[in-house]
Amino acid sequence: MNNNPAIIGASLPRLDARDKVTGRSIYVDDMMLPGMLYGALLRSPLPHARIKRIDVSKARALKGVKDVIVGADTPQIRYGNWRLVPQSQDELPLAVDKVRFLGDEVAAVAALDKETAERACQLIEVEYEELPGLFTVEDATAEGAAIIHDDSPGNVSLNRKITYGDLEAGFKRADYVRDDVFTVHAVSHAYMEPCSSIAAPDEGGRVTLWTSTQVPYIVQCLLAATLGLPENHVRVIKPNVGGGFGGKMELRPWEFCAAFMALRTGRPVKFTLNREQELAFGRRRHAMTIHSKVGFTKDGKITAKDFNVLLDGGAYNSMGPTATFLCGNFGAMLYRYPAYRYLGRHVYTNKPPAGAMRGFGAPQALFAAESQMNMAAAELGIDPIELRIINAMETGDEIPEVATISSCGFKESLVKVREMSGWDAKRKEKSPGRGIGVGCYSFISGGVFNWFNTKYNFATAEVRVFEDGTAHLLTMATDIGQGSDHTLRQILAAELGIGIEKIRLTAADTAVTPKADLGTWGSRVTLMSGNAVIDAARKIKEMLIPVIFSQFDLNQIHDVAFEGDRVFAKARPDKGLTFGECVYKALRGRRGEPLTAFGAYTPRNRGLVSPAFSFGAQVAEVEVDQETGLIKVQKMYTAHDCGVPINKMGVEGQLEGSIHMGLGYALMEDFVMKDGRTLNTNFLDYKIPTAQDMPPGESVEIDTYEPEGPFGAKEAGEGLVSPTAPAIAEAVHHATGYRCMDLPITPPKVLKGIGKLK
Amino acid sequence: MAKKTIELIVNGDHYEVAIDPWRTLAEVLREDLRLTGTKIGCNQGDCGACTVIVDGRTVSSCLTLAVECHHREITTIEGLAKSPQELHPLQQAFIDKGAVQCGFCTGGMILSAKHLLDRNPNPDEEQIRKGLSGNLCRCTGYNKIVEAIGHASRQMASCKEG
Repeated sequence: MNNNPAIIGASLPRLDARDKVTGRSIYVDDMMLPGMLYGALLRSPLPHARIKRIDVSKARALKGVKDVIVGADTPQIRYGNWRLVPQSQDELPLAVDKVRFLGDEVAAVAALDKETAERACQLIEVEYEELPGLFTVEDATAEGAAIIHDDSPGNVSLNRKITYGDLEAGFKRADYVRDDVFTVHAVSHAYMEPCSSIAAPDEGGRVTLWTSTQVPYIVQCLLAATLGLPENHVRVIKPNVGGGFGGKMELRPWEFCAAFMALRTGRPVKFTLNREQELAFGRRRHAMTIHSKVGFTKDGKITAKDFNVLLDGGAYNSMGPTATFLCGNFGAMLYRYPAYRYLGRHVYTNKPPAGAMRGFGAPQALFAAESQMNMAAAELGIDPIELRIINAMETGDEIPEVATISSCGFKESLVKVREMSGWDAKRKEKSPGRGIGVGCYSFISGGVFNWFNTKYNFATAEVRVFEDGTAHLLTMATDIGQGSDHTLRQILAAELGIGIEKIRLTAADTAVTPKADLGTWGSRVTLMSGNAVIDAARKIKEMLIPVIFSQFDLNQIHDVAFEGDRVFAKARPDKGLTFGECVYKALRGRRGEPLTAFGAYTPRNRGLVSPAFSFGAQVAEVEVDQETGLIKVQKMYTAHDCGVPINKMGVEGQLEGSIHMGLGYALMEDFVMKDGRTLNTNFLDYKIPTAQDMPPGESVEIDTYEPEGPFGAKEAGEGLVSPTAPAIAEAVHHATGYRCMDLPITPPKVLKGIGKLK
Repeated sequence: MAKKTIELIVNGDHYEVAIDPWRTLAEVLREDLRLTGTKIGCNQGDCGACTVIVDGRTVSSCLTLAVECHHREITTIEGLAKSPQELHPLQQAFIDKGAVQCGFCTGGMILSAKHLLDRNPNPDEEQIRKGLSGNLCRCTGYNKIVEAIGHASRQMASCKEG
């Protein structure tokens, strides 16, 4: 249990903030190395084509050009995050034979300056034989459709099934069955920092890569594999990263090209993308077609659910296999489903690949599932929050063959959000144009699954302590802006009983920090890396405790406490030393052997999905202009269970950021595409919410303790992005009678829905 | 095209640089002066990460040619604090109120906020939100940024009174 309330659960300003407010923080594109070359990529102008011929001679002859590469120059080793299933690894850094989306990387140039590199790209001549483009999952899965990848006839790259219980009996027992189809769209991560990478040759044919990534270890392994180098020849360093949200969690072609050309030219090579490229060619959240059938008894108990999903994966698998699995998992979370059948099909199309994005399959699944709960509630004549309480999961519930819920504050969240939002009164009130709606979520605290097939622990930490009373924490955990560096420092400070400012942190350098860490995704860092930090810290404490016993001749029944930069007998606080003195004496006793310890965390006996699940409920209040269809979200109320929050201010920041992203998903963000081309490639046309769009909010953390989490904590960063869209959709329905079945909820759809537009 | 020699006065320091006339202020600040606190988030004038103050007015430095700034006074995020020890109240408020996450928009946000407080020392919440409407943030949901600016304005007012 937490014995350090000044640190755990406090609202602490982050230590990295000072450098960020003064402009001193270094991101990759801020770096320049001596002799550095600038890279540029040539991308396919066609969505689907065979490459007949490439001629780079004019580009190579341009003054200032130092290297030009095409697929044929490279080792042509396929890669993908799903190393566990090698046939799923379907990407090459540069296209060979075929391009599969408009933007697929075909060639790369390194030159003395950016302009020369861009000009050289335009001088590369590529002759294509155009193939039919497939832009919808329906077209791609139609009989006789062109084949995008030869080994995936029918263009389905993956089928994922989850089944339990007796589905047929469940639907037979149902008094009421809903059968609906929902569609959800693709959206951009829109992290503020465009991707940037610099590779520099290192001695002995080795290479160092500074890159804007959420997964330095994965990049190290896959980069080494694609270069044909031993893993240890590649060093990946993550400086400050300007957001990721899932969009920076794979090896990317420019990382390979920078490293490959750095090794060829003997000079550092930098690639930096611009916003237009990010929006036109970047990863995105999966668009899905979701067919959901759910049965209820007349008193509201769920009897069975049949969930069929087609995921628009774009041209490559990317993180699609995980999104496919998690979508199925979240199709049956939150409530007790006695019988469930899921079939998810991941479909290739000739569009930029969809990948991981905050929520990772959950926002789509939960838009459908939560909207359907709202629709069912209306038909059953039961209040939507009451219907949820009737079916809600509780602590100790089992998801068959998947997980046991070791802490769950879902019912409490529902009760709390009903009370704080004034739900009962506002729900009954029927004033035209005003509405209130609810949506809920659950999410994972990291994955149990090992799709990357790592041989190492999932999370690790090294802790060193010194006689000056300070500590050094080394971890491959990857702070991309969420503040996990600070959270891990808090956890170490609480465990060792020293001040946070006494902890030096070295993070995310694969040559220095202990192996391994799977990176930032799936809300895994606080729980997994936090547990690894505690494990290391406890080993350090074992080295220090004997000093106190020897020094003060203590009876062995005593316990030793670590608090306030002191180590002492718990029952006799006067019998103790400062932390630094204690380290000094231990060091003497070890005849100079430094005090350093490794800690690790890999989930054991935690089912198939996640060691712990978060829960929560959100209520949206909206006002809809009946003439224009414009929706103004008036207020958001959230009650959520993230276990024990480590840093309250950090958790609030995650919640507010999630509402921003959920609001954009619900109301305004959307890729406009025509024949595989993304048309809105700037922030005027691709709209994300501004400060003026953000509604005020109220939130409450439900008090739970997650036994598997560090100090009782579980995830807070990702799940909260899911409830916003279904809550707003329900509020719009309450206000106008229009039910959105296809996100986003735009004014024309509202006006059509209320019969004011044909 | 021939290079142009210009003089920029950035955070009180004078710099003479010979540059291609088509280069933007953001590029010259970052690449020639190595003041990398000014960020390029879109290079299209939409996101506000590159906001700097030129002669008392905020501009998107990615849409401003460096040659237009010859002999003009420029404040970047590096020049806002009085000294490394004494941060501007806005900077301190951003730290204390949790208004910083990834930090990529932060410099531009703070400079836009400074411009707002220079014109309106006591803005209400709506005015703060309006003042930030040209600066995008993807991490924070803006609420803590708005709170930080309100807090800083009150701090600055009480300093003046005291």
